[in-house]
Amino acid sequence: MEDALVMALEKVQRQERGQILATLIGWCGDFDLAEEALQDALLAAMQHWGRRGIPVKPGAWLTTVARRKAVDHLRQTGAAPADATVPKAVEATEDPDEIEDADEVHAEADDYPDERLKLIFTCCHPALPPEQGIALTLTTLGGLTTAETAAAFLVPLSTMAQRLVRAKRKIKDAGLPYRIPPPELLAERLESVLTVLYLIFTEGYSATAGESVMRPHLCEEAIRLGRLLELLVRGDSTGIDLTAAAQAEILGLLSLMILIHARRHARVGGGGELIGLENQSRDHWEKREITEGMAVLEAAMHLGCAGPYQLQAAIQALHCGVEAPEMTDWTRIAGLYQSLLEFSDTSVIRLNHAVAVAMAGAPEEGLALLEAWCGELQAYGPFHLARAELLRRMGRRSEALAAYDRALEVTGNARERDFILGRMDA
Amino acid sequence: MKYYLFMYHDEKTGAALSKEEMDGWLAKIKAWSDSMRHAGVLIKAEALHPTAAATTVRVRQGKTLTTHGPFAETKEQLGGAYLIECSHLDEALAWAAKSPQAEFGSIEVRPVWDMEMTAAADSTREKGYFRK
Repeated sequence: MEDALVMALEKVQRQERGQILATLIGWCGDFDLAEEALQDALLAAMQHWGRRGIPVKPGAWLTTVARRKAVDHLRQTGAAPADATVPKAVEATEDPDEIEDADEVHAEADDYPDERLKLIFTCCHPALPPEQGIALTLTTLGGLTTAETAAAFLVPLSTMAQRLVRAKRKIKDAGLPYRIPPPELLAERLESVLTVLYLIFTEGYSATAGESVMRPHLCEEAIRLGRLLELLVRGDSTGIDLTAAAQAEILGLLSLMILIHARRHARVGGGGELIGLENQSRDHWEKREITEGMAVLEAAMHLGCAGPYQLQAAIQALHCGVEAPEMTDWTRIAGLYQSLLEFSDTSVIRLNHAVAVAMAGAPEEGLALLEAWCGELQAYGPFHLARAELLRRMGRRSEALAAYDRALEVTGNARERDFILGRMDA
Repeated sequence: MKYYLFMYHDEKTGAALSKEEMDGWLAKIKAWSDSMRHAGVLIKAEALHPTAAATTVRVRQGKTLTTHGPFAETKEQLGGAYLIECSHLDEALAWAAKSPQAEFGSIEVRPVWDMEMTAAADSTREKGYFRK
């Protein structure tokens, strides 16, 4: 019984915590109060589920009890609630000491509407600095605790806790609305949500910082949140009319993350060293995930609105879809980078475009494109590395070695340095 | 909630405008300000003289230091402020985005510290807000 109880509590925490919090925050307008009330409700569940059995809808039970706990809390502190309707909604229902014991909780604990979309848009509001939005998203909608989030981002617990405090304070003090943005704001705000999710993903994927077992979890969390966003937007019944372009980009980001993540085991060797795409063992790619990523991309492209995430996913799909690196269709990849440049003209995309052009059979042209931007990229390791690789392919060995040297000079990360040294010896 | 919209722009660009251009902008700004008034949002609007008219004062160790000019040299300077009442930040941001100044300058939207709310919360704490 004890075990079943603990398992039931863990399950509801894992599956419904975000939804319960979203409902509570929508109702009381206060992140801290919602979190405290949910904690209290979980403690109450430990006692009462053991005695009365696990309710049919554990999530709804916790929501109902947490609402009453929140009212108790307001009564005790005498603080004015953020939303003036809160006390009226629950006041005078019953004796607060007896609440979670009564049968009526079981009867009353009906379904609550899913408010997680409102929570996503609030956590990722552009008025919050990205690092705060990331922290808030992971600890409310994601399945991570503050300590786990701190470990994943390699910052002290106190730093992560501070980010959460600041985010919640700004939401309250600046009066951020808790809602799905109206149509005229939706495109901008969705972009902000997608940026936060992709930042979570790339943080987990990037090897630029030290080691942490939590880091791969960030990739999984980002994908999970991407799926949730897609599901909520698709299944939303509150009448939001998301444009096809927005839906296509949600799917595009999801596909991009799935396709990159599918190669995780092939990307790092037994000694922790990084392995470039062309030398990765394709047997270690997760085939099922690649198939899924491609299907998601297809669904995105079916909507007929190109966007930067879809283009990046399409590039990944071309890499993932071939049996051997020689079969890669670099001409199409170069074309996709060219289209991507129309959406965002950044040094990194230019660099990738130049490499793709070179790989597509025009090394001179690729090198010229690369060197045209060298001024901006002198301090950027991948630029020198890409240049070295191109020179080497063209048989200009001594120039290639000089470029590898430059890459080493500007690269601080130990794994990346090992990778460059390995290429010099190869 | 009350928000201040602090209007920043590069004074030099303003000074370089012809009289006709300046009149055009002023008419647009007035139309925007009027639209906020008609919507019942606008509480107060103030325009400032250029920073050349500013004087900055500091007291350090009991000694008053008076200097000419604004408190800090910035690329864009504070040129005016609008106090508005909105139900939430997005509404205030939407009004700011509609301003003609948003096209050439920057608008900082700052919530006003609500002293009355703070006082009310303090007094309800004493009285016990939820007790009958």
